[in-house]
Amino acid sequence: MTSTAESLRQRVNRALNSQKPKTITVLSCLLAVEDELGYIPQEAAEEVARFTDSTINDVWGVASFYTNFQFQPPGRHRVEVCWGPTCHVLGAMDAIGEVLKSLDLSGEGTTDDGAISLRYNTCLGACANGPVMSVDHHLIGRITPERAAQIVGELKERQTVGGPGAP
Amino acid sequence: MPPNFEDLRALSIRRWQGLSQGDKPWIRVGTALCGKAAGADRVIAALTSELEQRNVGATISEVGCLGPCYAEPLVDVVTPRGPRVVYGGVTPEQVPEIFDSHIVNGKPVAAYALGTLGDDRSDDIPRLADHPMMKAQHRIALRNAGHVDPCDIRQYIANDGYAALYRALTEMTPDQVREEVSKSGLRGRGGAAFPTGTKWNFLAGAKDPVKYILVNCEEGDPGAFNDKGILESDPHSLIEGVILAGYATGATMGYVFIRHGHDGPIDRTWCAIDQARELGILGQNILGSSFSFDIEVALTGDSYVAGEETALMESIEGKRAMPRYRPPFPAQVGLFGKPSNINNVKTLAYVPQIVLRGSDWFAGIGRERSTGTAILCLSGDLTYTGMAEVPMGMTLRQVVDDLAGGVPGGKKLKLLQTGGPLGGVLSSDDLDIPLDFDAMAQTGAIMGSGGIIAASEESCVVDLTRVLIAFCQYESCGKCFPCRTGMTHLLEVLERICRLEGRSGDLELMRTVGQNMQAGSLCGHGQLGFNPVSSALRYFREEFEQHLRDKTCAAGKCPSPWYSPDGARR
Ligand SMILES: Cc1cc2nc3c(=O)[nH]c(=O)nc-3n(C[C@H](O)[C@H](O)[C@H](O)COP(=O)(O)O)c2cc1C
Ligand code: SF4
Ligand code: FES
Repeated sequence: MTSTAESLRQRVNRALNSQKPKTITVLSCLLAVEDELGYIPQEAAEEVARFTDSTINDVWGVASFYTNFQFQPPGRHRVEVCWGPTCHVLGAMDAIGEVLKSLDLSGEGTTDDGAISLRYNTCLGACANGPVMSVDHHLIGRITPERAAQIVGELKERQTVGGPGAP
Repeated sequence: MPPNFEDLRALSIRRWQGLSQGDKPWIRVGTALCGKAAGADRVIAALTSELEQRNVGATISEVGCLGPCYAEPLVDVVTPRGPRVVYGGVTPEQVPEIFDSHIVNGKPVAAYALGTLGDDRSDDIPRLADHPMMKAQHRIALRNAGHVDPCDIRQYIANDGYAALYRALTEMTPDQVREEVSKSGLRGRGGAAFPTGTKWNFLAGAKDPVKYILVNCEEGDPGAFNDKGILESDPHSLIEGVILAGYATGATMGYVFIRHGHDGPIDRTWCAIDQARELGILGQNILGSSFSFDIEVALTGDSYVAGEETALMESIEGKRAMPRYRPPFPAQVGLFGKPSNINNVKTLAYVPQIVLRGSDWFAGIGRERSTGTAILCLSGDLTYTGMAEVPMGMTLRQVVDDLAGGVPGGKKLKLLQTGGPLGGVLSSDDLDIPLDFDAMAQTGAIMGSGGIIAASEESCVVDLTRVLIAFCQYESCGKCFPCRTGMTHLLEVLERICRLEGRSGDLELMRTVGQNMQAGSLCGHGQLGFNPVSSALRYFREEFEQHLRDKTCAAGKCPSPWYSPDGARR
């Protein structure tokens, strides 16, 4: 076993052991791992199976159902754009188009340099201030296509000039 | 030693008075999802830095959502002398001026003010109570929202909090509590509008030493944010409602079911649970009585269907959120095989006030078979968007024109989409419908969870229907094929109609698919999933025909850019 795999397992186990609720399930464990790592690697599925006394199949079965779970390491920054009906009515599609262009992506995914992951969200919960996007879980309301492109542009900039978001 | 509730209340009231009428300014900033999306964090940072630089004694608190989300970030300032003023649309740049003038010198800045609150008057600032969005409200479940610090149980107690629980535990039997809830006419606010008292009687009748109260805050419907809003603004009102439900039905444990990732509602709910436990309001022998009950938060992953009551139980058990067959019903065999009762957040948040003020009071508000209030989420093409609580019976036209100030920019309203993605659309010509579960259901639109999305004349109804069906397709759990493949089929057809490539017979095809879904689906998702199409066809058939026949879109929208996530559930 390599040392990186070990430290990954350690992180997973720390997350599994520090869950607040008393009711521990496969799903609660997967959510804890996702909070810690941002995705569910094979090692985590194995640890969750061991921790909950279930099979790896059970674990993948649950993980593959909920659309939030990712199985590849995410980019360093996570951008979400809402495509829910309110945001749609207020022009979200044009904003999504600009974001895609700016990131050179054709849909959900991670930029080639691994800097930014883009996801669509069905509702970010701030519909009253739509269209809404989020950057690393910080909500930004009333976006226009221009503003969305600017936000993503600044995020890319930070990556290249060594700003606070740079690795 | 049992805590003395009367002492706790007296102490809490003194502290509340010290804060709200004391000798230091109190600054409240709304940091619910709406406030955060509008930049409340930067405003708080600016306020905190002013406070530190000038060494002024003032208290800054984060509160929930006052309602007019369109005007976030909201900053609410009360000083020892002078009116309580709510500022709207506050930017970090405005903070120094508000600080100098109002917080230090007691002189409000009228230019940035949205209105005054409470009994105080000001010559140059209108009363917030006269604001169109606030005027028609009757706030029961939202009475504390935006006023109290959600993470301070004593502020809740100072405002009647836990008084209903105390009364129930000391003066009422469980039967009497259920009787009050039944007589109040309270119906569930999660979508199905089932009478709450009747549901509680089912659970009370189940003989098992372990029974559960499950609170549904999945709230995956786009356009709905009032459940999260209550948890962020006044989580103790829910916690008190859950404990009362537990007492009334003989349950032993409650779960608050929330979608992961919404940190505000989740953290504030946990905080409320921990504080209640510390004061002996949760746990063993609540407030010195013989009743014991505990609550925890159960998180779920992204899945709209997880909000369906039997899928919810699967999800708390940690499984794929796929609905169960019924019978057996949850009140017989529910979570972990134990009798369970599922209620929406709003439903339970009413209960403390019903127990405290009596069923007659609640039944006297609203309509005969839809008692109480409607808690609305207003979004889309409206001037005043946000969260509002109004008596049932108000018409949708009043909601749009009066409460929400109509469509901004002089545009005309085209339609309302109500009740979430399984609800329907209503044409702007048909808005003389009262907020009433049964009257709304008759129109094909439903009350659902209270979401109302407005679309102006510039939007295309086919395009909107496409996004609603795309949502339903994306969220189908896949258990039954009429829903799983039916949604995909509907989406394909709508996508080609929007590209102006529709074929003759497409509308009939959709209807056939919709009928199959209705007949052959296990849960409401598939049974009601054709609603967006059928209601759109009911009011706007000609627009669909135009797309098909003339290959034109009257709104000038189609074909338009369309990005949607990979559909099928893996
Ligand atoms: C697909 C689907 C999703 C649902 N989502 C929710 C939800 O997010 N929140 C909710 O309270 N009820 C939801 N419901 C309704 C619940 O099944 C249930 O009726 C409700 O939680 C009962 O609470 P109430 O009696 O207080 O209304 C959903 C139903 C279906 C069919
Ligand atoms: S109707 Fe749809 S969402 Fe409901 S159980 Fe069947 S496949 Fe799942
Ligand atoms: S629909 Fe976009 S935030 Fe709710």
